[in-house]
Amino acid sequence: MVNTSVTLSGLTLSNPVIPASGTFGYGYEFAEIYDINCLGSFSFKGTTREPRFGNEPPRIAEAPSGMLNAVGLQNPGIDKVIAEELPKLRKVFHKPVVANISGFSIDEYVECCGRIDKEEGVGLIEVNISCPNVHNGGMSFGTSPESAAQVTRAVKAVTRKPVYMKLSPNVTDIAAIARACEDAGADGISLINTLMGMRIDLKRRAPVIRNVTGGLSGPAVFPVALRMVWQVYEAVNIPIIGMGGVTTAEDVVEMMLAGATAVEVGAANLVDPFASKKIVEALPAVMEKYHIENLTDIIGGAHHG
Amino acid sequence: MRNVKFKLTENEEIAKNTFEMTLSGDTSGIAPGQFVNLRLDGYFLRRPISVCDYTADTLKLIYKVVGHGTEAMSKMRPGAALDVLTGLGNGYDTSLSGEKPLLIGGGAGVPPLYALAKKLLAEGKHPAAILGFNTKSEVFYEDRFRALGLETFVATADGSYGIRGFVTEAMDVEYTYFYTCGPEPMLRAVYERSRTSGQFSFEERMGCGFGACMGCTCKTKTGYKRICKDGPVLTKEEIVW
Repeated sequence: MVNTSVTLSGLTLSNPVIPASGTFGYGYEFAEIYDINCLGSFSFKGTTREPRFGNEPPRIAEAPSGMLNAVGLQNPGIDKVIAEELPKLRKVFHKPVVANISGFSIDEYVECCGRIDKEEGVGLIEVNISCPNVHNGGMSFGTSPESAAQVTRAVKAVTRKPVYMKLSPNVTDIAAIARACEDAGADGISLINTLMGMRIDLKRRAPVIRNVTGGLSGPAVFPVALRMVWQVYEAVNIPIIGMGGVTTAEDVVEMMLAGATAVEVGAANLVDPFASKKIVEALPAVMEKYHIENLTDIIGGAHHG
Repeated sequence: MRNVKFKLTENEEIAKNTFEMTLSGDTSGIAPGQFVNLRLDGYFLRRPISVCDYTADTLKLIYKVVGHGTEAMSKMRPGAALDVLTGLGNGYDTSLSGEKPLLIGGGAGVPPLYALAKKLLAEGKHPAAILGFNTKSEVFYEDRFRALGLETFVATADGSYGIRGFVTEAMDVEYTYFYTCGPEPMLRAVYERSRTSGQFSFEERMGCGFGACMGCTCKTKTGYKRICKDGPVLTKEEIVW
């Protein structure tokens, strides 16, 4: 018997597979078709202080081996998430969830994290400072070490739950930003958010997505994500949740060898609603194939010397 | 939602750039006005296509070639296997139709009204249909609606066949309710012209097709709705143009 469990800042997951924020809603759509308690955890839809509609449609475009989205953080707002979504989701998911929090000001991050701190069902907070699809917020906090550190410090002051800063790949030096978050007290790093991209409709001679740009995800970004997890692993001593184009159990192992302790699955859930479940189920056989007894043994295992 | 493996049995061009695909597989849980989401080799996102007709073990889809995905679909040959998510969306509510509902379809919006017509007939109602197309070469399913026994009007925008003009030209008939699907300008015109309540089926670029990604949300008078999950059918009363 192989051991698939991993531990993130004291939180033990039965396996490292976590559906990524924005691809799993609050879990209900998936709970209708399978028992989502087989997952290590899941990261719920990015939540802000106020309810948000997000961007005007079209929000989605096809890309080679991937997709673009510019949803723009549509969510019901923290009050409704706490009052309605979390109680509903606790009925279908009995493990601690990852609370994904986003914001447009440091005050907003602080308020939301302070509120979510009191929620028992939340195992850790993933602070999204990397959304590429909103203006004057989101990614702007995650593109400089100083502002990333500021958000980290402010959020850490209001919660005792582990805080994982979710970083953007749309930066020149992600290792420096990860290091700044670690120095500011972050418990872990979560990466990567989507890569900014765009498509143009030849018939209309206009961008496919109304927001013009969107975030690229799917298998197309996997090598980029892997490289960044590798770089961040070399730069920090706190755990990493790796994500970006993960589609198979082999991808999970590869991410962990690069330095991830747990792995999020994003776009794959949208094209195959059973993707995360299939990855969980395939993991033991893949571990046996590569002679892995304890999954934790391979974290960062490709780094030598 | 179900994930079903279908086998393609026919894929014929029935009008200009318009194909009818017949699939064999389990259709349980499918209802008129819903859609299915097809996985295609070489494409990442699935392609959502409305349900045109079905029996217990066959499914008919009609699609217009408008981009790379539908072009790839048009080249698929009998025997091909398809990975399909079925039973997506809310579908039409037939309980509100009254005795004489009017079905108003435009172009690629005609197909979902066919399964709806069959359901309304099975419920003992007397639907009529108005089918709109750009031009004569794009007309399809007029005979099929007539064969069901529906009084059927066809309009072409260029006047090359049937009534000259848009579907609204034929809306002076008596009806108790309406169901419509088609391009947005047509839906807006139907909204303005209609004298009763009715249901509109919408189209939007989708990520997942089952409510998870918020890729296709629209604003309605009753809140934000995901076209894929809370739609694609919305009532006249909740639409915000």
